Amino acid sequence: MSRAGTPDPARAIAAGDRRALAKAITAVESGDPASDALLRAVFRRTGKIPIVGLTGPLGVGKSSLINLLVAHLRAQGKTVGVVAVDPTSPFSGGSVLGDRIRLERRPGDPGVFFRSMASRGAAGGIAASTRDVARLLEAAGFDVVLVETVGSGQVDVAIRDVASTRIVVLVPHLGDEVQTLKAGLFEIADVFCVNKSDLPGAETAERDLAELASLGPAPDGWRSRIVRTSTVVPSGIPELWKAVEAHERFVAEAPGHLAEQRRRLEQEIVGRVRDLVAAEIAARLEAEPSLRHLVDRVVARELDPRSAAERLLPRSRR
Amino acid sequence: MSAKGRKSPVRVLIAKPGLDGHDRGAKIVARALRDSGMEVIYAGLRQTPEEIVRAAVEEDVDLVGLSILSGAHMALLPRIVRLLKKEGGGRIPVFAGGIIPDEDARRLRRLGVRAIFGPGASLAEIVRTAQQLARGVA
Ligand SMILES: Nc1nc2c(ncn2[C@@H]2O[C@H](COP(=O)(O)OP(=O)(O)O)[C@@H](O)[C@H]2O)c(=O)[nH]1
Ligand SMILES: [Mg+2]
Repeated sequence: MSRAGTPDPARAIAAGDRRALAKAITAVESGDPASDALLRAVFRRTGKIPIVGLTGPLGVGKSSLINLLVAHLRAQGKTVGVVAVDPTSPFSGGSVLGDRIRLERRPGDPGVFFRSMASRGAAGGIAASTRDVARLLEAAGFDVVLVETVGSGQVDVAIRDVASTRIVVLVPHLGDEVQTLKAGLFEIADVFCVNKSDLPGAETAERDLAELASLGPAPDGWRSRIVRTSTVVPSGIPELWKAVEAHERFVAEAPGHLAEQRRRLEQEIVGRVRDLVAAEIAARLEAEPSLRHLVDRVVARELDPRSAAERLLPRSRR
Repeated sequence: MSAKGRKSPVRVLIAKPGLDGHDRGAKIVARALRDSGMEVIYAGLRQTPEEIVRAAVEEDVDLVGLSILSGAHMALLPRIVRLLKKEGGGRIPVFAGGIIPDEDARRLRRLGVRAIFGPGASLAEIVRTAQQLARGVA
């Protein structure tokens, strides 16, 4: 993929070349086949740092929390990559990515890299390529990656398999929201963050959550922590990060740790196979008249879609 | 042809350098660009040239649009163009909107600002020019 004179992108990224990193993210994001080689090259060196997801409804303060978490981590000498996802408009295909507004300027600080991403039609609160973008940030040497999900009001489930620790951000007086979120909430939250605790009702919200959390299942034995924060009257940020670290430690020591890793990667492989097969078959349908004839027969109701699909499979199980 | 080619949306950074306090115009332009299918990274108010250039690099944008009302355009815009070049983004077109006297506008164009819109410019005109700049045909 490197043009004459440009260094190997994997090496440039590892050496801290920010423009190379930015370009590589674009390539991964747009599914450019040239990015495959890069992702292959970096994979071995990934899977070692905390990938922390922040999810929760629009306006609860995810971006503001990320800003303060970045400051907190930088003060500890840790470098941080951030990926903030916003929704793509289904009508125009465009989007406004506004999470960067909350980021305080840190002139000349190379220890932070912030990238905005559009969801590009993916459901589940992140883009299809967000996991790979997080890997690129890890390969670039960042100590922590923070991922902000779309926050559509639904539980952004896709973050579950991308993040190593998930923070669900809520605010006081979010009663109805919590009810609608509840279904997937406890499966997702490793840490609950009750933000805007400068507003009245935070204690009640925390109590309500604690009650719900005590009922909720804890399949791996981890009990969700609850942390109260405010980004306006800054408070709770060190505690929030401590809760993340506690979860990271718990996971690393948990007996089911490798099985869970395995489950996720297996799922990723199967998803990848699905994408590859689908792309191959779409291309063949386009190119081979005999296969188009198969579709004609389905249109004429001589053949059903299931049978046609089976005949199209590369190595059919018939 | 850029490496991304195909049908990836154009990415554009919209920012407001300088000290003036509201960004209604910039937001309206941001939405119009979104509605034309672009991914608009909205960086908000009171950005320094350094911060704008940093955002342009990290976000790997195809285009930078700056809204400026403070009268500081002659200080800020050339600096942004120059820094962008220094950071390897010299091929990213920069356009600007604001109250900019004709004579300044001519100088700014010579210094590398690719398009300048006054208060009378229509959204359609801004969107059309932005699309052309991003595709390298303006
Ligand atoms: N009162 C209060 N407002 C906050 C707090 N954190 C964020 N906000 C405000 O909530 C709004 C949305 O914040 P933002 O970080 O963009 O939320 P996001 O949509 O979840 O990313 C902004 O107007 C913030 O200023 C907080 O701790 N207290
Ligand atoms: Mg946000």
